[in-house]
Amino acid sequence: MKVLVAVKRVIDYNVKVRVKPDNTGVDLANVKMAMNPFCEIAVEEAVRLKEKGVATEIVVVSIGPKAAQEQIRTALALGADRGIHIETDEEVQSLQAAKLLKAVVDKEEPKLVILGKQSIDTDNNQTGQMLAALAGMPQGTFASEVVVDGDKVNVTREVDGGLVTVQLNLPAVVTTDLRLNEPRYASLPNIMKAKKKPLDTQSPADLGVDLTPRLTTLKVEAPQTRKAGIKVGSVEELVDKLKNEAKVI
Amino acid sequence: MLEHEGIQAIRDGVRNLCAQYDSAYWRELDARKAFPEAFVAAMTNAGWLAAMIPEAYGGSGLGLTEASVILEEVNRCGGNSGTVHGQMYNMFTLLRHGSEEQKARYLPRLASGELRLQSMGVTEPTTGTDTTQLKTTAVRQGDRYVVNGQKVWISRIQHSDLMILLARTTPRDQVAKKSEGMSIFLVDLRKAIGHGLTVRPIANMVNHETNELFFDNLELPLDCLIGEEGQGFKYILAGLNAERTLIAAECIGDGRWFIERACRYACDRVVFDRPIGKNQGVQFPLAEAHIEIEAADLMRWRACELYDRGEDAGTSANMAKYLAAKASWEAANACLQTYGGFGFANEYDIERKFRETRLYQVAPISTNLILSYVAERTLGLPRSF
Repeated sequence: MKVLVAVKRVIDYNVKVRVKPDNTGVDLANVKMAMNPFCEIAVEEAVRLKEKGVATEIVVVSIGPKAAQEQIRTALALGADRGIHIETDEEVQSLQAAKLLKAVVDKEEPKLVILGKQSIDTDNNQTGQMLAALAGMPQGTFASEVVVDGDKVNVTREVDGGLVTVQLNLPAVVTTDLRLNEPRYASLPNIMKAKKKPLDTQSPADLGVDLTPRLTTLKVEAPQTRKAGIKVGSVEELVDKLKNEAKVI
Repeated sequence: MLEHEGIQAIRDGVRNLCAQYDSAYWRELDARKAFPEAFVAAMTNAGWLAAMIPEAYGGSGLGLTEASVILEEVNRCGGNSGTVHGQMYNMFTLLRHGSEEQKARYLPRLASGELRLQSMGVTEPTTGTDTTQLKTTAVRQGDRYVVNGQKVWISRIQHSDLMILLARTTPRDQVAKKSEGMSIFLVDLRKAIGHGLTVRPIANMVNHETNELFFDNLELPLDCLIGEEGQGFKYILAGLNAERTLIAAECIGDGRWFIERACRYACDRVVFDRPIGKNQGVQFPLAEAHIEIEAADLMRWRACELYDRGEDAGTSANMAKYLAAKASWEAANACLQTYGGFGFANEYDIERKFRETRLYQVAPISTNLILSYVAERTLGLPRSF
C-alpha cells in the first residue's frame, strides 16, 4: 500500500513570532524554520505503518520555496522513501494547496493520504478536508488512532465530547491530532541515507494549478500583551470587584 | 561558509535528540552527581558518536567539521558533551594506527554501540603535561605486557568498555629521544578492572566522571598493542588536534547557550519599570561576548577545514581551543552577571554551565600551554622547556 504524506515548512514552534511593522504578515527573515509538528506526526504514522508491513512505500510531498526541501529531507531521514517538491515562492492558501495535493494524488494513486490537522502558522485546519472533497475520498480528521483493516481504515477521532471511531473505505484522507503518536528523531545514518533518496521537483504550472489567492489578508496584528493581574485580599473583595469593576455578576 | 545544507540537518538532528534531555534532566543528574546514561545511549543509538567511523565499519564516514557540530549542539542545548566526546577522538587513534584486524574487531562494535571507547589514559599524578616523563611501564614478558604505574584524571572509565593507554615500553635512558619508547595499548576494561587495574573515582567541581587508576601487574595480551612499539607518544599527539578542535566547538556551543539565555532574561526581567536589557551596562558585555564567540567560531572552522583536508591543523586547532575556551568563559561571566542573584539558583542552570565551561581553560590542555605552543612552534621563539 502506498501512503502519501504532506508536510509543510513553518516557523519553528520555539520561535517567538514577530509581526512586520506594516502589518502585512509575519517577519520570516532569519527565522528558524522547521517541519510543522502535526506533519511530523503524520510522517511518524506512515513510518509506523511501513514498519508494521501495512505500507510498502511512503511518498512525502511539500509545497513551498526551495528551502522546503529541508523538510522533505527530514521526512526522508525519518523513513519516507521518496519526495516530491512542488516549488513556489508564492503564498499558497488552503484551497490551492488542496488542489496541488489532489493533482499529486491523481498521479500517485496512494491508498492513504496523511496530513497534519493544521499548520501552526496559519491554523486554518482545512487543507485535509478540502483535499478529501476534491479527490472524492472519505476523511478521518483529528486522528488519535489509525488502524488499517484490509481495504478499510478505522480512524479514532478526537472531538469535543470524547472519541469517535469511524470506518473509511480506502483510499482515504486522514489528518493527525497531537496524541496519535510521538515522533521519533532521525538517526545520523538515516540523515545520511536521506540525501541519496529521490526527490522530484515540480511547479504548480506542471500540475495545472493556478495559485491566485481567493482570500485577501487585510491586516496581521500581534496579540495584545496580557496585563498584570491583581491579588485580592478576600472573597468579599473579589465579589465586589466582579460586581462593580468588571460588572460581570 | 561551511554551513551547508548537510550541516543544518546535523544541527537539527542533534537538537531534536537533545530536546528529550532538557535542562531539568541535566540539573537533576548534577544534583545526584550521576552519569547521563540515557542520553549517552540515545546519542549512541542514533549514530551520532559513530559520525567519524568510516562507512565500511558501520559509521557515517563524516569529517571533523560534522563531528564538531554534533558536540557543539549538545552544549548549545544545555547539555555536556564531556560525557560523550571521548569516543570521537579516541576512535581516531584506533582508526589511524590500529591494525586491520583491530579495526575490524572493534570499529563496527563501536559504531553499533555494543562497545564504548570513551577513555584515554595518559596523564599521571607526577608528570601532568610533561608526558614524556610518565612513569607507568608496560614490560614485555613472553606472550604478554605487564603494566605497572598510576594515572589520574581518566574520564568516563566506569562507563566505558575500552581505554587507550599510554605507557613506557623502553626505559628513558635507553632511547635516543625522550619522546620515544612509549607505546599505546587498547585495554579491555571489562577484563582489566579487578585484575591488576583499580579505579578510584575523584569527586570534583562538575558532574564529570573522572578517576585515578592504579596498575598493579596488569597483564595485557600482545595484540593489545596499537601500531609500532615505542611510537605511542607520536600517535597520541596526532589525535590531539582533533580533540582540541572538538573542545573548541563545545565551548562555542556553551557560549551561544549563555548568550541566548542572558538575552532572553535581559528582555524579560523588569527592574525600575523597564527590562534590564535596555541598559547598555547589561547589553555591552553580552555583545562583546557574542563577538568573541563568533570570532572563535571562525578559527574553529579553519581548523576543521585544514584537518579534513589532511593538512597540518596544529596551530589552528590550538588557537581555536584558546579563543573558544576564553569566549565561553566570558559569556558565562556576562550571563551570570545579567542574571544577578538568580544566576546562582540551581533552577536557572547558569551556575551549572558556568562551572562546566570553566573546565575548558584547564583541560584538556591549559591555556598557558597553548600560548607556549604558539610562541615556540608558530612564532619560532626559543623553547622554554
